[in-house]
Amino acid sequence: MVEFVSLGEGVEAVLSDGCSVAMEGFTHLIPHAAGHEAIRQGKKRLTLIRMTPDLVYDQMIGMGCAEKLVFSWGGNPGVGSLHRFRDAVENGWPHPLALEEHSHAAMANAYEAGAANLPFAVFRGYKGVDLPAVNPAIRSVTCPYTGEVLATVPALRPDAAIIHAQKADREGNVLLEGIVGVQKEAVLAAKRSLVTVEEIVEDFGPRNANAVILPAWTVTAIAHVPGGAYPSYAQGYSKRANDFYIAWDKIARERETFLAWMKEHVLEQGPEAFARHAGAKRAAA
Amino acid sequence: MTATPTEMMTIAAARLLSDDDVCFVGIGAPSAACNLARLTHAPKITLIYESGTLSTRPSVLPLSIGDGELCDTALTTVSVPEMFRYWLQGGRITIGFLGGAQIDRFANLNTTVVGPYDAPKVRLPGGGGAPEIASSCGQIFITMAMGSRAFVDALPFVTSFGHGKGKGDRAALGLKTKGPTKVITDLCVMEPDPETAELTVVSLHQGVARAQVEAGCGWPLRFAARLSETPAATETELAVLRDLHARTKRAHGAAA
Repeated sequence: MVEFVSLGEGVEAVLSDGCSVAMEGFTHLIPHAAGHEAIRQGKKRLTLIRMTPDLVYDQMIGMGCAEKLVFSWGGNPGVGSLHRFRDAVENGWPHPLALEEHSHAAMANAYEAGAANLPFAVFRGYKGVDLPAVNPAIRSVTCPYTGEVLATVPALRPDAAIIHAQKADREGNVLLEGIVGVQKEAVLAAKRSLVTVEEIVEDFGPRNANAVILPAWTVTAIAHVPGGAYPSYAQGYSKRANDFYIAWDKIARERETFLAWMKEHVLEQGPEAFARHAGAKRAAA
Repeated sequence: MTATPTEMMTIAAARLLSDDDVCFVGIGAPSAACNLARLTHAPKITLIYESGTLSTRPSVLPLSIGDGELCDTALTTVSVPEMFRYWLQGGRITIGFLGGAQIDRFANLNTTVVGPYDAPKVRLPGGGGAPEIASSCGQIFITMAMGSRAFVDALPFVTSFGHGKGKGDRAALGLKTKGPTKVITDLCVMEPDPETAELTVVSLHQGVARAQVEAGCGWPLRFAARLSETPAATETELAVLRDLHARTKRAHGAAA
């Protein structure tokens, strides 16, 4: 049954050195505070899984947490490169990073297959492109009904999933709203999960009958971390800090400026540092 | 007012869109072009961003594919697996916009690496949604600024498939969609030749010389026998585009 924990306890409970983890959130609801906590706890040799590595994995890769990256788009959206990701791939700094590279369609399908307890995902994709030549996990199957050759990728079954959400109720059910990405699939595909939330409420109250809810019995641990998605955001609570995404380009470009920033803003801080980014709740759900 | 080359690229792309189109929109020039069309001649155009937002009407351009502005102004927002399965693979998108670091003469695109994959000189972001956007949308419009490092003779890596090595290659792979039908640049508009599928300049933007376009391309570029001039940007097009960029810059609070 789900447990309410501190962020430190939650990260300790779901992450161990050498495990695979999906910290998801498609631009929205990215679990940055949990990423910082994993860095502070000095987690090593992780296989990091995420469609869009974003700043959270740029930071974890630059701090030496990752051995392998499974991904489909590794940039700073609307800004440019992820410099720490590039330094790891191009120069092996701080150490070499193995890549398993996919397309978005492949990863979205692979999470869904994981959630559905299937061994692989099937979809119409990768036609005429070079990725299958460099990623042996990309294969194909012939449709038994039509003879069409379709692309396949193995289901994603991470050891752990970590996500950020708007709300948990006292029973530990989790509510997500807005751009919901692949978080529901990632949690259901993973062996264990940690959810950081903006708010813990008595009851979700009136809501859409089709709201995206993870029942308490599908989640391992919940930590209350208001503002924990910053510089990503939580719909209804905060706005994406586009100015920080732009500023990150300069911070992360050089190893020295990156390490100095991480020391000041991550290593010497705690989860409470995110509270100042928590917005006031805009309106009742 | 005279349009800059980048503004002209956006405006020329916007003119190709209509109220009936369902567009899969990427960040940058495609997003500006689609929203310019929506704010001028195509108010009913359907814009879809891969983060899951259907029929969105942002008042400022998003910096990322998943800004809250897109969700706030969308008709509805679906999960990412649903977006790629039901909407893109489902064949419901008429026009997909793509760009890239590099393009070749058959409109194949590279956004993955410069140099060998295992030891890249430059590691680029990768494909994201592009490989399946390129194959699943009814047709593809590409927006890219010209330059001999971007328009190259041979790609080190094919991230998204255009016309392969020439006409017939898409059909041979079982693809039923048209692939790239327009490449809109800051200097000209290109289309695949009907016989060979090789990119051919069909229209030069106002004041652009043929030699300028040739200098920005890494292969001997073909020009259509009947080369036209792209009509200059109108006062309205420029005013609406500049206003959109100004609003966007204010909203993002920095050099967006």
